[in-house]
Amino acid sequence: MTTAIEAVEAAESPVDVRPGLLRSKVLRQPQTIVGLSVIGLFVVLALLSPVLAPNPKEQVGPVFDPPSSAHWLGTDGGGADMVKLLIAGARVSLLVGFCAAVVSAFIGGSIGLASGFFGGKTDTVLMRFTDYVIVIPDVPLMIVAAALFGRSLTNIILIIGVIYWTTTARLIRAQVKSVRERVYVKRARALGAGNSRLVGKHILPQVAPLLIANTVLLVAYAIFAETFITFLGLGDPSLISWGRLIENAFIDDALLNDAWWAIVPPGVCVALVVLACTMVGQSMEESLNPRLSVGHLSPRRFRVRPAPPPREP
Amino acid sequence: MSLLAVTDLHVWFDLPNGRQLHAVRGIDFTVDESERFGLVGESGCGKTTAILALMGLLPPNASVAGEVLLNGENVLSRGEESAAPHRWREIAMVFQGAMNAFNPVRTIGNQIVEPMELHEVAEGKEAMRRARELLEVVGIPGDRVTHYPHEFSGGMRQRAAIAMALACKPDVLLADEPTTALDVMVQAQILELLVSLSNDFGLAVVLVTHDLPVIAQVCERAAVMYAGVVAELGTVDRLFHDPRHPYTRLLFAATPDLYGTDDVASIPGAPPRLDRELTGCPFTPRCDRAFSPCPTITPRLMEVERGHVAACHLNDSAIRKAS
Amino acid sequence: MIEAARANGSAILEVEDLVVHYPIARGIVGTMQRRPKLRVHAVEGVSFALRRGEMLALVGESGCGKTTTAQTVLRLLEPDAGVIRFDGEDISGLPPRKLRSLRRRMQIIYQDPYESLDPRFRVRATVEEPLVIHRLGTKEEREAEVHRALAQAGLDPPDLFLDRYPHQLSGGQRQRVAIAASLVLNPDILVADEPVSMLDVSVRAGVLAILSELRGKGLGILMITHDLSTAARFADRIAVMYLGRIVEEGSAHDVVNNPQHPYTQALLSVVPKRDPRERTTPQILRGETPNPVHIPQGCRFHPRCPIAIPDCKEIDPELRRPSAATSPAHRAACIRV
Repeated sequence: MTTAIEAVEAAESPVDVRPGLLRSKVLRQPQTIVGLSVIGLFVVLALLSPVLAPNPKEQVGPVFDPPSSAHWLGTDGGGADMVKLLIAGARVSLLVGFCAAVVSAFIGGSIGLASGFFGGKTDTVLMRFTDYVIVIPDVPLMIVAAALFGRSLTNIILIIGVIYWTTTARLIRAQVKSVRERVYVKRARALGAGNSRLVGKHILPQVAPLLIANTVLLVAYAIFAETFITFLGLGDPSLISWGRLIENAFIDDALLNDAWWAIVPPGVCVALVVLACTMVGQSMEESLNPRLSVGHLSPRRFRVRPAPPPREP
Repeated sequence: MSLLAVTDLHVWFDLPNGRQLHAVRGIDFTVDESERFGLVGESGCGKTTAILALMGLLPPNASVAGEVLLNGENVLSRGEESAAPHRWREIAMVFQGAMNAFNPVRTIGNQIVEPMELHEVAEGKEAMRRARELLEVVGIPGDRVTHYPHEFSGGMRQRAAIAMALACKPDVLLADEPTTALDVMVQAQILELLVSLSNDFGLAVVLVTHDLPVIAQVCERAAVMYAGVVAELGTVDRLFHDPRHPYTRLLFAATPDLYGTDDVASIPGAPPRLDRELTGCPFTPRCDRAFSPCPTITPRLMEVERGHVAACHLNDSAIRKAS
Repeated sequence: MIEAARANGSAILEVEDLVVHYPIARGIVGTMQRRPKLRVHAVEGVSFALRRGEMLALVGESGCGKTTTAQTVLRLLEPDAGVIRFDGEDISGLPPRKLRSLRRRMQIIYQDPYESLDPRFRVRATVEEPLVIHRLGTKEEREAEVHRALAQAGLDPPDLFLDRYPHQLSGGQRQRVAIAASLVLNPDILVADEPVSMLDVSVRAGVLAILSELRGKGLGILMITHDLSTAARFADRIAVMYLGRIVEEGSAHDVVNNPQHPYTQALLSVVPKRDPRERTTPQILRGETPNPVHIPQGCRFHPRCPIAIPDCKEIDPELRRPSAATSPAHRAACIRV
């Protein structure tokens, strides 16, 4: 039953996650639908790339051939079809993006959980450590790490994953601290529930949606990070990714040849995926924490209606 | 002419699922100078929404109908445009939880002065002087204008919130659950303050609460609301000693009294959903005296004696004869 | 097992001279400035007994220590001094492991029905959880217990509610689910912290009636409330607390109709009556309850007391039977009665 108070004051308090919340609120929003569609499209392309784009590096036309009916986005510096290259590149870029995001989420989530749940010295130590990691500039660190530890795919994933977990840790810690104080958690503790039950059954389910939302945002960061690491020449030379395509374009002097189709499309793909992830992640976060939205602060513009007809005597 | 006259007030809220919540379904009441009027009901009855409507403090998904005459002018005629000029200057409100709504980084004095400057009633030194006076009126030493909210206790913050509401010398003060979160001794102090404000300054007070005994002790007249409508309206004496609506009677019976000896009653069931059409009397499923016309015919507010109205078929001899 | 040993009337919980203090953090600056270590004197020597089949109401305003007392009695907070005896056994210093099995016999219900149930758990899971935690019974036995507890809590027929989520229930129903969840373990005492203050008036009596009924089954109920009227009508005995002490205690009838301590008298006089014709002059005490950090010397109530005399600044009165009391169980801590 929705009372008038509930209808008006729905934006006041952070929402405890209950079943059906995601489905009813998040999936309905247009930005989620658009975002998920874009991501979905690229995922499908990436998965089907062996079928859609076999032998992507094969030369199929003249070098830096402009877009034509045969090659919709022209060819690159080696004469290979840009469209096939983009589809092939989606695979690595998305793979690195998702895997690195998962690594980050795992590290950040675990640290945040431990910090928030145990508090006290554990919290202080972990948060101090997090502070130190935050301070280190991420780009130079990634460059140095990539240069030192080799350029394999796994290493790139790990490097990105180990840099980006700090925001997640703080976010999860705050949420865990807040849920820990909920009456139903205190009740379970008073009943004699052990730590594993408290965390597993009561706290984690509340924290998981936020973690997922945050992970989606992390994917955006990770894909972007992969792109510029590879662009700087630190990626695996045998793999095609969008960053590699941009790198190659520079190496092959695409700009001098006015071959915009070799540089712009990969960048646009990265931008689209990053944008899509951001849209989905943000709409999830907003649903879980309505205070983030500011709609309720808009000036009061209630409407006036004519009086309804009098009731029957 | 009454200071405040509400006629056939309706409020709807647009819900995300496309439906509308008809929160206030046509209520009428009047309040005169120096009068303390109570609006009592349980959660979801629409009382808070109703007084928010009096000040035009409704969100964008709300729509209203009806008339709210304040000093003869209809506050709702053109929405925000017609409501804004009266806000704080003629009608002001102490919100639920107002004592917790102070800005922690500004002094109490500054926060009382703020509405004065916003509504162009006073400014600068003059405004601060008036703020001191207001604090004295509500029982706080005037030189505490320079103190911050955290230096006040809960009861004193509530008084400060009342002072803030009185900043522009309104004619009507709306108080939404002003004592709900307070201890009973502090509650007594605040209620004593509200009574003296209405007696000494001619302030009309509309007290909204779910706490019947508070209304019984502080107000002269009251309206009992249920499911967005007025179930009964009259002097508090008649409401207790001669209730003409089963809900009023049952609500009093469900309120434990210190020295009472009767069993404390409870009312089974729950109020109806307000996002759909209601037929008949909304209290029917929970009423202990419902009879044949109740589920289908909506009772109208009938006068049962001078100044006492109730919306119940039991008072309508014509309908009783017919069934 | 416990049913056989239960005899209405014997004390299931005894508390003697309970003391609970909270230190206030001084921070680095405070420590460097050598500010004195301040403590919140939440509970300062509270003694009472709760019998089986009885409802004792701990009544008082905010800061009086009633909630702290209730939580300490269940060892959810640690006492600084004093003895807590549960069913004859001293549990004040019991290690956490042994406490766990004892927790089954002491249950608590909280004030906020909207927050005390995990929103992701269906009613069945919530009510079953205590049994699962303590690994009791088979699946069928648990199912039967859940049904029984829900029925006892007034949610009849239980099948209607088992699969619902909290957001599909009203406040009163949620509170009943919380009660059911505390009944499955067949506890000996139930602590109810403001069990109905967040519920609508029309629903309160129903929930309180359930608690009342449970007394008949031998349960001892400790109810924390600030609402004197509720305590007056539902509790067997009332203990009035002020700044960490019990200032008056006795049967509900005695305390309400023949109050001896000036604080109790003032408190009762300001409770609004529902009959508009009963407009007694309220005895409104000036100011507010002082901070429990700085307890006044002598009688802690003397700064606000309307009948204080110079001796009250020196003497900290004990709970004893006042001359005007009609029953030996009625006691007040005041040197003037």
